[in-house]
Amino acid sequence: MRGASLAAALTVGAVMLVATGHNPARAYGEMVVGAFGTAYGMEQTLVRAIPLILTGLGVSLGFTMGLWNIGAEGQLAVGALLASWLALSFPDLPRVVMLPGLVALGLAGGAGWALLPAVLRAWVGVSEIMSTLMLNYVALLWVDYLVFGAWADPTAFSFPYSRRFSESATLPALAGDVHMGLVFAVAAAAALAMLLDRTRWGYEVRAIGARLPAARYAGMPVRRNILVVMAASGALAGLAGMGEVTGVIHRIQQGLSPGYGFTAIIIAWVAQLHPWAVVGVAVLFAALLNGGFVIQTMGVPAAIAAMLQALILGFVLASEHLLRRVRRRRAVAATRATLAGGS
Amino acid sequence: MNLEQVTLLLAAAVTSGAPLIFAGIGEVLAERSGVLNLGVEGMMLVGAVAGFAAVIATRDPWVGTLAALGAGAILAAGHAFLVVTLGAEQVTTGLALALFGTGFSAFAGKPLVGIPNPVPFRAISVPGAANIPMVGPVFFQQDALVYMSYALALAAWWWLSRTRPGLHLRACGESPEAADAMGINVTLVRYGAVIAGGALAGLAGGYLSLAYTPAWTENMTGGLGWIAIALVIFATWNPLRLLAGAYLFGAVDALGFRAQVLGVETSSILLRMLPYVFTLGVLLLITLVRRQAYGPAALGRTYFRED
Repeated sequence: MRGASLAAALTVGAVMLVATGHNPARAYGEMVVGAFGTAYGMEQTLVRAIPLILTGLGVSLGFTMGLWNIGAEGQLAVGALLASWLALSFPDLPRVVMLPGLVALGLAGGAGWALLPAVLRAWVGVSEIMSTLMLNYVALLWVDYLVFGAWADPTAFSFPYSRRFSESATLPALAGDVHMGLVFAVAAAAALAMLLDRTRWGYEVRAIGARLPAARYAGMPVRRNILVVMAASGALAGLAGMGEVTGVIHRIQQGLSPGYGFTAIIIAWVAQLHPWAVVGVAVLFAALLNGGFVIQTMGVPAAIAAMLQALILGFVLASEHLLRRVRRRRAVAATRATLAGGS
Repeated sequence: MNLEQVTLLLAAAVTSGAPLIFAGIGEVLAERSGVLNLGVEGMMLVGAVAGFAAVIATRDPWVGTLAALGAGAILAAGHAFLVVTLGAEQVTTGLALALFGTGFSAFAGKPLVGIPNPVPFRAISVPGAANIPMVGPVFFQQDALVYMSYALALAAWWWLSRTRPGLHLRACGESPEAADAMGINVTLVRYGAVIAGGALAGLAGGYLSLAYTPAWTENMTGGLGWIAIALVIFATWNPLRLLAGAYLFGAVDALGFRAQVLGVETSSILLRMLPYVFTLGVLLLITLVRRQAYGPAALGRTYFRED
């Protein structure tokens, strides 16, 4: 089903490529080669997969409990902001202090930014869809405010970025450009898969998300779980933001994420909220994103990646519900036939 | 702030309010028929790019307006098919639509970036009315689409609350079972409402690229589509209250852009946060004040006749 949806999305994409005067076979070919064909391409795909895995895990944890955290993009930005504050304010800290500090601040920034909508939802009932969304814009404007103002690189003539981070504020590399964030991302997937499948807390989260009456009768702490799940969801996005500034761009700048936090929403649904599937879909989507950047040299807009990703989700939703409708109609018809035969 | 500055600010509020009225009324129609469409931001962006592309091709702003309406309607038809016919989850589908619109408009609009609009809608003074002190400059020295926004809000209010088809639409959103029993085709009404709502969202986007900015830039809506959805809640699904709310939000938006002109010493970047913080504050306030939900009873619920 997922494969068919991917094929359908690529077909629609091909039509749009033809319509805009491009050769789809060549464009898709270049995308695959760009994303997987060379060691450099593979590295870039993995580098982009890191924030997608982390934010994808974060939003799917929220969705599992029925919490619509649409704010991963903003939570990512605030995680990046706090980590950047440490890196820019204390550049000479020894690595053993700096690295745990960066990780802690990244997590705290994302968690804190997600806690505000969580409190509004748990105690007042404000829709987290709207609040997390509005806070995205606010967070991104805070980044702008700092990189154009207090943190602007004095040598960069009003380019919207900060000074380069010191050596000690650089996340260690695993191989080439791939940084240690990949370890965090895979560890987070393993931890979430374990917690959701094997613990009482995981059961609570799933039960509340499925709106099981049992969740209420059993007295599961819904409010506390809203806070915990939103904070964890935001923390993962914040960690992604920390990884981007310390492991990839080595400074904070305007447009530090090409919409990772929004792509995460699509990844979560296509992966049916399963942590390991999120990892797989994130790598595929990172390849699309990377391929999109590569084929810009052919004159194809990079936004083709975002368009294809949303189309994949559209076809996944359509095919799933189409099947469900067909099965349901058949069941209804069968019941009617049985009833008619019996009377 | 002197009288002249107040007048300028209010006139800007009415201008900034127009896209919120179009998109907001569109969402009121869809939601009152029982369908939540969170894809407003995406439909607006595609409307903006389609309208702009049509204007570049034909040099006719009205063809651009039609293209914006049509583009929004087509996307909304997709949403209606998924949620009304297939019964897909409305929140997820709406988010997918919002993201698709963002991606598609950036893809299709790439060659249009940086081109100025050759024939933007310009302000037309209404003879007589334009000279009324305060009221004239605020309401009657606007462009044609802004005049349409007044008419739309009034017409939508009248149609929804005073006509039979309007009653049928509301019935589908309150109790689809009862509507069906009355002989109303719930599926047809919901399709119609969602598609009309999408066309209006497209027009809201078109307003930005054809009159307000007037050019195409990637992501030019900057969250207006989401603010329009918040506005519908604020307005308790009532078109007239939506009109008032749109001007309130329009004023906040205009204030953000004009504060420096008025002599406020603050960073312009921080002022741009104003509409988003204001939206959040308003949502908090109305949730605190209204303890029970005011929305259409069947909002977000799929209705299948055979179930």
